[in-house]
Amino acid sequence: MKRRDFIYKGIGAGVLTSVGFHSELLGSVLPGKTFGLASPYDMVAIRGGEAEVMFEKAIASLGGMKAFVKPNQTVVVKPNIGWDSVPEKAADTNPKLVARIVEHCLRAGAKEVYVFDNTCDNWQKCYANSGIEKAVKDAGGKIVTGKSESMYQEVELKNAKILKTTKVHELIMSCDVFINVPVLKHHHSTTVTAAMKNMMGVVWDRGYWHRNDLPQCIADFPTFRKPDLNILDAYKVMKKNGPRGVSVEDTITLKAQLISTDIVAIDAAAIKLFGAEPSSIAYMGKAVELGLGTMDLDSLNINRLTI
Amino acid sequence: MIKFWKPFRVILSIVILLMVAFIFLDFRQNISSSWYQTITYLQFVPSVTRFLTVAGIVSAGFIVVLLLTLIFGRVYCSFICPLGIVQDVISFFAKKFRRKKFRFKYGKPKNMIRYSFLGIAIIPLLFGSVILTGLLDPYSNFGRIFTNLGRPLYISTNNLLAELLIRIKVYSMAPEQMASFDIPAVIYSVIILGVILVMASKWGRLYCNTVCPVGTFLGLLSRFSILKIRIDQSTCNKCAKCAIACKSQCINLKDQSVDFSRCVGCFNCLNACEDKSITYRLSFSKKDKEPLKVVEQAPEKKNPVNQSKRQFISDSLVLAGAMLGIKATARAEDKESKLIPIEKEFPCSPPGSVGLKHFNNSCTACHLCVSACPNGAIRPSLLQYGLEGFLQPFMDPSAGYCNFDCTVCGEVCPTGAILPLTIEEKQVTQIGIAKFVKHNCVVHTDGTLCGACSEHCPTKAVKMIPYKNELNIPEVEPELCVGCGACEHACPVRPHRAIYVDGLEVQQIAKKPEIKESKEGSLEEFPF
Repeated sequence: MKRRDFIYKGIGAGVLTSVGFHSELLGSVLPGKTFGLASPYDMVAIRGGEAEVMFEKAIASLGGMKAFVKPNQTVVVKPNIGWDSVPEKAADTNPKLVARIVEHCLRAGAKEVYVFDNTCDNWQKCYANSGIEKAVKDAGGKIVTGKSESMYQEVELKNAKILKTTKVHELIMSCDVFINVPVLKHHHSTTVTAAMKNMMGVVWDRGYWHRNDLPQCIADFPTFRKPDLNILDAYKVMKKNGPRGVSVEDTITLKAQLISTDIVAIDAAAIKLFGAEPSSIAYMGKAVELGLGTMDLDSLNINRLTI
Repeated sequence: MIKFWKPFRVILSIVILLMVAFIFLDFRQNISSSWYQTITYLQFVPSVTRFLTVAGIVSAGFIVVLLLTLIFGRVYCSFICPLGIVQDVISFFAKKFRRKKFRFKYGKPKNMIRYSFLGIAIIPLLFGSVILTGLLDPYSNFGRIFTNLGRPLYISTNNLLAELLIRIKVYSMAPEQMASFDIPAVIYSVIILGVILVMASKWGRLYCNTVCPVGTFLGLLSRFSILKIRIDQSTCNKCAKCAIACKSQCINLKDQSVDFSRCVGCFNCLNACEDKSITYRLSFSKKDKEPLKVVEQAPEKKNPVNQSKRQFISDSLVLAGAMLGIKATARAEDKESKLIPIEKEFPCSPPGSVGLKHFNNSCTACHLCVSACPNGAIRPSLLQYGLEGFLQPFMDPSAGYCNFDCTVCGEVCPTGAILPLTIEEKQVTQIGIAKFVKHNCVVHTDGTLCGACSEHCPTKAVKMIPYKNELNIPEVEPELCVGCGACEHACPVRPHRAIYVDGLEVQQIAKKPEIKESKEGSLEEFPF
């Protein structure tokens, strides 16, 4: 992202919440970075198909990946690969979905598509057993480690309340397009983990977040850089024992997916999909306070699709 | 034919050295862990220890070595022993870099020293303790040197290359996180490596004929070998070429005899002799008129190596004392902090090690499990097990936690200290139990939510229960806990964590987590 875009977006987000602007308007102010030009929708919600099939249909309704990825840009696709777990347990993002996203980015002309996560378990095992490493490589993307401290750079978060500095993966700083691909899961401490919580995988020291008011840190981080696009995988949803899960029986097959540029809105919808109330999740209110987006789903133009 | 032995030995020994070295270095797990026990099968001390603990065909490696010795002499030392082969590599290069022309010459056997070390290694073994055997075992010393010195060097090289590639935006080679140095293990390895470097470059295989208990033991046996190195006195012109080439310094030209108890079977002498006067042949063949004379020597009054050993022991004790001192000061400082320090009753031994007694009595501390553990959860100990477990590996959650779906340490252990477990057995093997220290927990101290411990728990033995102000706080269900240490590893509180795993003296079977089927939740309509 260019510095100018970043500043514009920051101002835009501020204006959006303070004046209560509709995000469509913001879209027209910031060409290319939001749906504004290509699509009238703030969010696409789709259900009833395989993860990659749902993605095809949903992204098409937003004008295709070319609305977000321009030729020769570098893209980071950040799935959740946090756990050494098999796809059936849905502790990590669906590998077929990740692969299809990578393919679409490359088809839109992306120069490179990088995929990484700062995993909780051993990264090589996570990458291999989640199926994501192979899926990404087969799709033409590049797998990068998230477990090397030298690849993280200290940044300042001027608008944050608690997380004033943190070390961020260099690819997040250098990429043109940042696509966040979380999986919807139960979480023992934050109740639900979705798009904002998934961002913990692009920083080095998660322990700091846990020590210092976790929900505030979760809300603080996107003030540094919001994903340009969020694609939430709710094909299989871990309903209990999250975020790692004990067995396949912890999951239900929901066959749903959400896509939005608004990280708060997509989390609000995800939390509802999970069966909880967005306002009851600690980091949601804090994110709205910071002007990161809206959790008022009624105010949004949501394209609801069924396969 | 006679010239064939040396090249055969050189090639085979290099192959074996590379294989054994690589399993200690292979941090990317390129070699499947199922191969490890095949590669270490013939290592003498691990195989003996394994025989004492589990017996059976899996531990017959040392019997093969005994038979080989009875036929060929101490070929173990030149073909199989990785530390022996390393010494050959050292003396090879030492010879190259020396300006003066280098020549070995005959040396008398150091019987007092070699039999003392043999006694030190064997006598405790009879009483069930393997620790001194392990500290002297050449394979285990090789393992410690490669784990504690070679591996960091290997990973640093990888990281240097990876960092250079990252600079030019090539991400194909990933840097690897380095385990922290374990000072006592590093010091011990440096000492052994230093001794080897000096002795090998000056006196060839003197180490193998003084310090090494395996060499001395096999030397006793090789007196009865079927094939032996012999000098044909009728054709020998005492040119001394064989003695100059002899790394064991066991060819005595004065009486044209070979002290075969010290011969490591390198066959250098065979290729050095131009008249074919020195031969490798049946020891009881008629051609052999002069019976082998074993050169015995009166015990020396002063024993320099024992001195250095004594020095070493006192050094280690000083070191251990210093470590304790550091620990004690650390503890004193901690008193100022409001957090409660963790006091573990027992360390955790790796899963499959039955219990502390079994583990301490059969581990030679070769550190292969330390190298092989994909999560870096196994570290060399200092005094966690007490002195009798010095350098034996223990589970250190601050370094890493035991991966729930992994059985590597049991698969690779060559001594039977860690017995192999199936994945089903492993997942209910309880090596310790998590203890929650509410006083240290951020939920309690700061009133903010955390749950990192529960997040990482593979069995949900650590779960979150309601606490004040709509917060949840951890609670441990001990029967479900396997002691993997994920909770302790993940706990963000410092310097004293709010949850830790206390080891078990005897490993137990944990309860399997109850599995309740989730309701199928197909989505009829969007809830928004």
